Amino acid sequence: MKGLPEISSTVSNIIFLTFLVGIPVYGFLRGVKVYECFVRGAREGFDVAVMIIPYLVAILVAVGMFRASGAMTLIGQALPSFVERLGISPDIVALGLVRPLSGGAALGMLGEIVARYGADSYQARLASVINGSTETTLYVLAVYFGAVAVAKTRYALHAGLLADAAGFAASVLVCLIFFT
Amino acid sequence: MLNILWLGLLVGSVAVAVCMWNVKELVAAVADSAGSAFKLALGFTGIMALWLGIMKIAEESGLVGHVTRLIAPVLGLLFPKIPEGHPALGSMAINIVANMFGLNNAATPLGIRAMKDLDELNPIKGTATHEMCMFLAINTSSVQLIPAGALALLAAGGSSDPTVIVLPTLVATCASTFVGVLSARLLSRMRRFRVVKERGSENEGPA
Repeated sequence: MKGLPEISSTVSNIIFLTFLVGIPVYGFLRGVKVYECFVRGAREGFDVAVMIIPYLVAILVAVGMFRASGAMTLIGQALPSFVERLGISPDIVALGLVRPLSGGAALGMLGEIVARYGADSYQARLASVINGSTETTLYVLAVYFGAVAVAKTRYALHAGLLADAAGFAASVLVCLIFFT
Repeated sequence: MLNILWLGLLVGSVAVAVCMWNVKELVAAVADSAGSAFKLALGFTGIMALWLGIMKIAEESGLVGHVTRLIAPVLGLLFPKIPEGHPALGSMAINIVANMFGLNNAATPLGIRAMKDLDELNPIKGTATHEMCMFLAINTSSVQLIPAGALALLAAGGSSDPTVIVLPTLVATCASTFVGVLSARLLSRMRRFRVVKERGSENEGPA
């Protein structure tokens, strides 16, 4: 059954185009000079991109080093055995730890888990739910705060990581209820 | 905390890489990541400009105002200090809508726009306001309705029923958003996160 993923991506595309075309059409009907208005807004795009470079470099270099260092393997080995009884294998813990740092790496790990345990396995489902209920917190933080040149982020990182931890814990709990 | 986390990643990575004999890979990763950060930011320019332009039209046509009024009650609860009718409410509303539908490449530019609007209300530039932290907490807790990426991977892996994860994901993501919002609110009350205004402290001396 390939139905829903395809439908959902079609729906996403339709929504995307509705935003993209619908807004200018609406604006035109309301008497906005859409082309001129668009250009005025779009002009800020480059400034924002340049603004976020230092923040992105800081975060992505640190994350890239972490990934290349082999720390993930160590974490997998150091995992106490009792968590495995909850159906949390080392790969799942690694996924949970990488997710706030790098979305691309997390998606890659999800792909590996699906390939290793099978797409209908408990592990694959749990990993999918974890991936869907957490975010690339560090990246979002760098980009969003970078755009307004905020370096003192106060408790934004704490709140974001707590949300990720809650997403992880809730995923484990919800999957225990749904899939066992 | 970002200072500690950042330094920890750097120092920890080097320590682990030395122990595990991964130094060569580590050094390669440094240049790679720095380069890809730059490329990512530049590659982002086009889509950023696109959505900022569309957003401008949405604003001038009054569309943002309508959307804002629709979800004003919810936003009012989360952001009581933002004055009614401020553009930040509109841009946050549209960012959250885009996030829910999984429009990632629209959501980020719109979110940046929202941060800029929030920054207008920021009395101390360069330091995050409570509203910024709250908005970040909502954004980083993932408010997606349909986990498209995971669905695609499960389907590609030959799952007999990939959609079984949709409902559990929704439940888990609601929990994470709730905790994100709650912790932003609780953390804002902690003394160590209070913002102390630096009013030229050198000149003033003890009063």
